[in-house]
Amino acid sequence: MYIVEMQKVTKIFGELVANDHVDFQLRKGEIHALLGENGAGKTTLMRILYGLYQQTTGDIFIDGEKVTINSPKDAIKKGVGMVTQHFALVPPMTVAENVVLGYTDSFVLDQAAIEKKVGEAANQFSLDINPKSIVRHLSVGQRQRVEILKALYRNAKVLILDEPTAVLVPQEVDSLFETLDRLRKDGLSVIFISHKLDEVTKITDRVTVLRDGKSIGTVDTVNVTQKQLAAMMVGRDTFGVTRQTEINPDNKKILEVEDLCALDDKGLPALKNLKLSIRSGEILGIAGVGGNGQKELAEILSGVKAPISGVIKINDKNLVGKDPSEFSKMGIGRIPEDRHEGVVGDLTVYENLALEHLDEYSKNGFLDKQAIRKNANELIKNFQIKAKPTDRIRTLSGGNMQKVLLARVLSRQPEVVIAPQPTRGLDVGATEYVRQQLLEQRTRGAAVMLISEDLDEILSISDRIAVIYEGEIVGTINAQNATPEKLGLMMSGALREKA
Amino acid sequence: MENNEKPRWRLVKTDNPPFWVKPLIPVLALIGTFILTSVLILLADANPFDAYYYFLFAPLENKVSLLEILVKSTPLMITGVAVTYAFATGYYNIGAEGQLYAGAIAATGIGMSMHGVPAIVALPLMIVGGFVAGMAWALIPALLKVKLAVDEVVTTLLMNSVMAYIVSAILNGPWRDPNSGWPQSPDIAPSAVFFKLIPRSRLNFGFILAIVLIIILWIVMTRTSFGLKMRAVGLGKPAAKFAGIKVNRTILTAALISGGIAGIAGVAEVAGIHFHLIGEISPGYGYTGVIIATLGSLNAFGVGLAAMFFGLVDTGAQTLSRALGVPVYLGEVTQATMLLVALGVLLLQRYRIRRM
Ligand SMILES: Nc1ncnc2c1ncn2[C@@H]1O[C@H](COP(=O)(O)OP(=O)(O)OP(=O)(O)O)[C@@H](O)[C@H]1O
Ligand SMILES: [Mg+2]
Repeated sequence: MYIVEMQKVTKIFGELVANDHVDFQLRKGEIHALLGENGAGKTTLMRILYGLYQQTTGDIFIDGEKVTINSPKDAIKKGVGMVTQHFALVPPMTVAENVVLGYTDSFVLDQAAIEKKVGEAANQFSLDINPKSIVRHLSVGQRQRVEILKALYRNAKVLILDEPTAVLVPQEVDSLFETLDRLRKDGLSVIFISHKLDEVTKITDRVTVLRDGKSIGTVDTVNVTQKQLAAMMVGRDTFGVTRQTEINPDNKKILEVEDLCALDDKGLPALKNLKLSIRSGEILGIAGVGGNGQKELAEILSGVKAPISGVIKINDKNLVGKDPSEFSKMGIGRIPEDRHEGVVGDLTVYENLALEHLDEYSKNGFLDKQAIRKNANELIKNFQIKAKPTDRIRTLSGGNMQKVLLARVLSRQPEVVIAPQPTRGLDVGATEYVRQQLLEQRTRGAAVMLISEDLDEILSISDRIAVIYEGEIVGTINAQNATPEKLGLMMSGALREKA
Repeated sequence: MENNEKPRWRLVKTDNPPFWVKPLIPVLALIGTFILTSVLILLADANPFDAYYYFLFAPLENKVSLLEILVKSTPLMITGVAVTYAFATGYYNIGAEGQLYAGAIAATGIGMSMHGVPAIVALPLMIVGGFVAGMAWALIPALLKVKLAVDEVVTTLLMNSVMAYIVSAILNGPWRDPNSGWPQSPDIAPSAVFFKLIPRSRLNFGFILAIVLIIILWIVMTRTSFGLKMRAVGLGKPAAKFAGIKVNRTILTAALISGGIAGIAGVAEVAGIHFHLIGEISPGYGYTGVIIATLGSLNAFGVGLAAMFFGLVDTGAQTLSRALGVPVYLGEVTQATMLLVALGVLLLQRYRIRRM
């Protein structure tokens, strides 16, 4: 008997069939991956199981009993917990308060008592977390642990994790996997959504693949290779991207950054005299463990954050002190690190596509709707975005949202492209696509900055690699001379290297 | 296991309510209000069905009260439009009441000095003056918001009380009527009075002004790049900022437009209805504007309809008390009840009832 069984589950949004007669079975004590391209319907299926959506047709069984799940509250009662990418925690409250929130029998909260109870639960599940900490002060990985604890505290037997690793740095991923492994041994069943095939083969027992809302099948993880999984997902073989020719060393330096200093949100130094430059037709990879200043660097180069000192020059023109619209006018194409901060969810796709260059899409203050729609239709076609121009961005899958942002930037042929984590949350096909796009920008002569925590990504398309550590560039090496080991040493601050 | 619950009716959240839900909202709100207020009407010794007939239908049956509905809805449309600009940009201007009075003071001041000036000059001067005055009154909270991030709900609300004192000071000081001694300003010049649209009624040019403002609101919101900027800022500040929209400037502009238009509501009341300034020029039109903007879901035509409906209810309350001899405040209670019920229904529209 399965702990969860979904039979012929169909979910229709308007005209769109997001899940099409999906069968899904979860065994007790297994980690089960849900794999599929962006927009394949993974999140939708899980939202149905967690009561956030109701299926149009189909049945759900838990422990062999047919159930109806109308709300997350029902789901929790039936032992199903879910951790979404956007955490539902109250930042000013303590871990203990967050964990018991909405799940206490008494009206009055006894701080000491709940802290003790939550602490015991954390011990029981070996989750390293202090119940007294204020959530606001926790890292993303720690917050995720609080969410997991919250679900387990409510006696979840089934835990749904929707792209839990997308927001984590590598060390946090390792610790998450240790936790999941332990919980699996205790009999917890986990549904794990990820686009990273190496994670899927590493941690899961079985894999179910969705394509275009349909289930393609379920396989035992030990019997498949990553390549086979990728082929199941996209319905064809995938090829990695290949780097092209060497760059001409005489190419002009387009972007130059010198002595850049900045503070992070807490007011602590995030960048210390950072210096780098990128030539036309070059991809500079910025490698580093998350939280070493990458976020601040990307924000400053996007114009949304001001440095405390330093020089940023594009074609010898100074950019410091300019606002975001001037950054983009002067030729910087900016992709936001958090895509929810780059699109307005309640506006339509075509409105979002026009938002950055409204001057061009309006005459005498009036919107040129025809031009806006034409542009949107073209970009949707060229960038293979799975959406209609009039769809609200909020209803797009994560990958398609990312494509909208890419389309908005790359279609303008910017001289400099700032790409922080551009493939985060993207499926294999879309990742390949984005990397290909960045390579095309390079061929076109753009200077591309690729900020990524994924070493494979950095190694596969960069010309030069700069390693960032505690807000400084500790070394820049040519991609030919780079090995993961060497980069790893530099990223840990153990090795410094001059270009 | 205890999973075998019997099917029963439940409220289920839905993401996209069907299209026929919206028009049903006022109807449901009415039915709910009817049920709730019937008790009071019975206590006042009247028949609830009769009462509602006088309240909602009788005013529609004769020309005089029909026109009165339009008169009553005029200031509500204008304040509704004013509030919509601000709310759509995510700036919660609760100060339309004070801004309305600022406009009324300016209109009175200008209107009183227009003796011998033709209407073609006097009217535009008063409208512009009222707009500027409303804007000026909205400026301080708006600046506090964009420069120091001071919450505008608090400041705009406080500015209303300050304005009430200013009005009272003016009316008891320089503008006190020398003949009667009442706190009431002298009349404005005849050329500064809004012309009547229909003779022997109170319906005047102010109504046209309100309609024009609604149409402009619609054009700005749906057709202009500034409208899109306002909506982008209102719906997602970080993304708007990232896209290069000047967030603070957009908020400031929207706040000032909002204040200016609320000022025009004051002009319309002075020049169209009262012809002088008194302390009671607005029985809370500014606050009702907040409700109208919300009920009209920040949509130009929704705002127009909501304002008309409030005009009807206002007129009906008087018809009702005259016809059945029940206290006028029963009308007010009914309006307040309707408001709460309507807001409740607005929330509930995102749910559906299912048997499961
Ligand atoms: N509330 C909604 N209204 C309309 N369409 C929706 C809604 N939610 C999801 N969709 C659509 O359903 C499809 C499946 O989306 P879903 O989020 O399940 O994809 P996914 O497999 O999780 O993709 P990703 O890997 O990008 O997160 C998409 O085409 C999406 O646009
Ligand atoms: Mg998803």
